[in-house]
Amino acid sequence: MKIIISNSSKQPIYEQIAYQIREQIIKGVLIENTALPSIRNLAKELQISVITTKRAYEELERDGYINTVPGKGTFIACQNVADIKEQKYKMIEEDLIKIIEESKVFDISKSELIEMINLIYE
Amino acid sequence: MEKILEIKNLSKNYDNFKLEDVNFNLEKGYIMGFIGPNGAGKTTTIKLIMNLIKRNSGEIKVFGLDNLHDEKKIKNRIGFVYDECNYYDNLSLKDNAKMIADFYDKWSWSEFDKYIEKFELDKNQKIKELSKGMKTKFAIATALSHDAELLIMDEPTSGLDPIFRQEIINILQEYIEDGNRSIIFSTHIISDIEKMADYITFINKGKIVFSEEKTKIEDEYRIVKGGLDILDSGIQNNLIEIKKNKFGFSGLTLNSSALHEKYGEAIVIDRPSIEDIMLYMAGER
Repeated sequence: MKIIISNSSKQPIYEQIAYQIREQIIKGVLIENTALPSIRNLAKELQISVITTKRAYEELERDGYINTVPGKGTFIACQNVADIKEQKYKMIEEDLIKIIEESKVFDISKSELIEMINLIYE
Repeated sequence: MEKILEIKNLSKNYDNFKLEDVNFNLEKGYIMGFIGPNGAGKTTTIKLIMNLIKRNSGEIKVFGLDNLHDEKKIKNRIGFVYDECNYYDNLSLKDNAKMIADFYDKWSWSEFDKYIEKFELDKNQKIKELSKGMKTKFAIATALSHDAELLIMDEPTSGLDPIFRQEIINILQEYIEDGNRSIIFSTHIISDIEKMADYITFINKGKIVFSEEKTKIEDEYRIVKGGLDILDSGIQNNLIEIKKNKFGFSGLTLNSSALHEKYGEAIVIDRPSIEDIMLYMAGER
């Protein structure tokens, strides 16, 4: 598992951690039943507060990415591939909305935008 | 969760300063940063917890025990770092430590030796020969050497260089890793506790401004900036403290989403650091 925290990011640290773990689950780097470090160990390693790592794990648990087994630890949950794809769609959709809004600000038309995508996609 | 420290309606009156109705709690396994400007009441609060001064009213419980009734029991389980040096100047570190060791049931010489070595101190040196930083290191070594469940540290990092401050922070994080110990750490060097503190208690002019989980503070507080043309009462009512210059205003808010909805691109919303929040909140002097 790899976690890199940026202090200049606009994202709070707990979101950065949750995001990076989620990305690694979606990409298949972290697979089902992999044990995650304890919140206290992760906090010590990253030199951040326990409450920050706790919050990150809580968000991941709420969204079904990880499970905490009392007394045993925290593990990557069984992932439904269709669900993950659905979530990835949503993430891309959100990014696209931002791009479209930005394009409108600078008067870039829909066809120009599609042309751009076609070019880059190739 | 188990509370290690509970302070209820605590008040202390001096002629020229009042600590008023202080309330906050600290849970087992966490670090609390106790912040505020000089003279805000940090040391007074800590002295009241340690029963070094008499309170006028209120209640303090440590490990669930009353801090007056069970003072001895409680102090046995507290590691205390005071911001002034109160050791015997003419005695060596070892002889000072011997006197301190007598007060604690769980004193461990091997732990003490471990920290003395880690901090590169010489046990045979006299206290009066130490620099300020070395005295602080000695104080921290003694506080960590009796398996204390609560560390109370009053400005432990003031007067220390950044490298040693970081070293202390690492040691403290290690100290609470097992989840059974807590730390309350007063400082006005916010960057020291910004990363490691789980809770931030902010005191100003003898009153608690807030005592919250750090992630909550990060979620809720925002700085809003914009041009003077839009600074109407609608905005002003949502700002905790407003700073103005010739070209615009900035202010601290808890309602950034409502403001964003109403003013959109006309305002800029930033995340404040804990220091920013302190500067805004302690603004009017």
